[in-house]
Amino acid sequence: MSVRIARVGDPIARAADASRFRRGIGRVARRDRLAVVAGLALLAVVLAALLAPWLPLLDPDTVDTPNRLRPPLTHGHRLGTDEFGRDLLARLVWGARVSLLAGVATAGAAMVIGVTLGILGGFYTGWIETVVMRLTDILMAFPYILLAIAIVAGLGPGLRNAMVAIAIVGFPIYTRLVRGVVLSLREREFVEAARALGATDPLILGRHILPHLLSPVIVAFSLDVGAKILATAGLSFLGLGTQPPTADWGSMLATGRQFVVLSPHVVLLPGLAIFVIVLALNLVGDALRDLLDPRTHTH
Amino acid sequence: MRRYVVRRLLLLVPVLLGVSVIIFMVLHLAPGDPAEIMLGSQATQADLERLRAELGLTEPLYVQYVHWLGLVARGDLGRSIWMKRPVLNEVLGRFKATLVLTGAALVLSTAAGLALGIASAIRPNSLLDRLSAVASLFGASMPVFWLGIVLMVIFALWLGWLPASGMFAPYGGGDLRDLLVHLALPAVTLAAASVTIIARLTRSTMLETLGQDYIRTARAKGVVERAVVLRHGLKNALIPIVTVVGVQAGYLLGGAVLTETVFAWPGVGTLMVQGILARDFPLVQGCVLVVALSFVVINLVVDLLYAWLDPRIRYE
Repeated sequence: MSVRIARVGDPIARAADASRFRRGIGRVARRDRLAVVAGLALLAVVLAALLAPWLPLLDPDTVDTPNRLRPPLTHGHRLGTDEFGRDLLARLVWGARVSLLAGVATAGAAMVIGVTLGILGGFYTGWIETVVMRLTDILMAFPYILLAIAIVAGLGPGLRNAMVAIAIVGFPIYTRLVRGVVLSLREREFVEAARALGATDPLILGRHILPHLLSPVIVAFSLDVGAKILATAGLSFLGLGTQPPTADWGSMLATGRQFVVLSPHVVLLPGLAIFVIVLALNLVGDALRDLLDPRTHTH
Repeated sequence: MRRYVVRRLLLLVPVLLGVSVIIFMVLHLAPGDPAEIMLGSQATQADLERLRAELGLTEPLYVQYVHWLGLVARGDLGRSIWMKRPVLNEVLGRFKATLVLTGAALVLSTAAGLALGIASAIRPNSLLDRLSAVASLFGASMPVFWLGIVLMVIFALWLGWLPASGMFAPYGGGDLRDLLVHLALPAVTLAAASVTIIARLTRSTMLETLGQDYIRTARAKGVVERAVVLRHGLKNALIPIVTVVGVQAGYLLGGAVLTETVFAWPGVGTLMVQGILARDFPLVQGCVLVVALSFVVINLVVDLLYAWLDPRIRYE
């Protein structure tokens, strides 16, 4: 007689999980309509950013000084123009590419570094744990944005360097989160059982520990992308991120600041774009947390 | 308590050393010769040689670090290349302005956050509670520099109620009233996100505390509601609130960089950004060092306060 034990990766268990997940999505969608709206808004912005080269938009870098600082709903410029007469709608859509890419890439890089170090620091005791935890302590001994500014100061202003700085500053959050989960998993019976059966460390980490990290890391990542967009925009606003003439929402805000009295739309629109996209990301992140980890219900 | 303080102070040593290494490395992160980066391509060979000697760049890296650490320990942060003055005096002069702004934002966010949090906890799901929840979501999503510009446009440029920038009026100002008037917009901008965080935490902690048996007992004894909420409820909910206020104090110090830039507030943040754009590395290092040290001290104070409020922490 053989006893069937459900394992991660088992087709029956996987199908049951998928069905439970689908029911969860339906439940969250019914209850949290705001998150659905936010998700749709997010999808629209992502699609617009991806399809920017094929959309019927003016060139975002074409200077047209006679038509500078035109208000929204001007003929030919639905959202008006900036201080060089460049079309604001086109610059906002092209800027979305830079801002979204910066947010996703920096959060992704921070996640990969942070999760790797968190697993190592949680699974192995001794010098690895000490080094990992002291490193995160030291990085967390700085105010977040200050350390990013200090790193950009060393590397030199520019979008790529700003992204590197934000990724470095951002990984300790993931390290702390993952280490905490791994520490508790390390002592659980199924890990002990796997070890008793002769499983190697990479096998235990890959098959038994990693699947448990997916939910908290996905939730943290979805909430982190918004924070990273804000941080990149902040550095660009200080003149340390994207350099002219490339459009990104933070630098558009910075350059438009001088014209805020005559043409507030030059500043209000990029700021509103950042606000709406980060708000949407936060709402979707919260809904995702409710879906994946019902214990930390936000309502 | 004394043992806890000593242990906590000892833990500071590796953190401070790590912080010093990172700040020292700021100068050496970029590929190439730091002297050339600082002085630009127009610099003469003599200027480059002089700066290299001044910064000790001809020595091996670890010797440079030890030398730099020795100077920092004696309070010598070098000379600003751009201003041609000692860095320490410049940074400390500006740090006072940053402290004024951060302190005002902290007082504002704590007072408003506590009031809003307590009011939400007393009447959960009321209109105020729902508005506070929406505000907290907005606070976490709004770029602080954009909020600053929006407030500046409304209150300084359109309504003309408050000054748009600076710490004092250029002529005839300089008194406390002048400072407070200039402080209003930057302090509100900086405090906005923290208010919502403190309010949400106060709400959840107070809700938990107000559900305890001793609160029911106090009410059954006929204690007036105000005393139940403040003396029995708030006092017991204070520990996590103190922690989050302390954490916010640190973040306000960092967030001040952006707010200062928006309102041309003459603090360390604006000085640091000017230093970076002028490639004045000793000045940038000085700014980062002073703010990072303050951040470490704030975290230490919060930890000690936490242990003092809750004796269980000391014995962990």
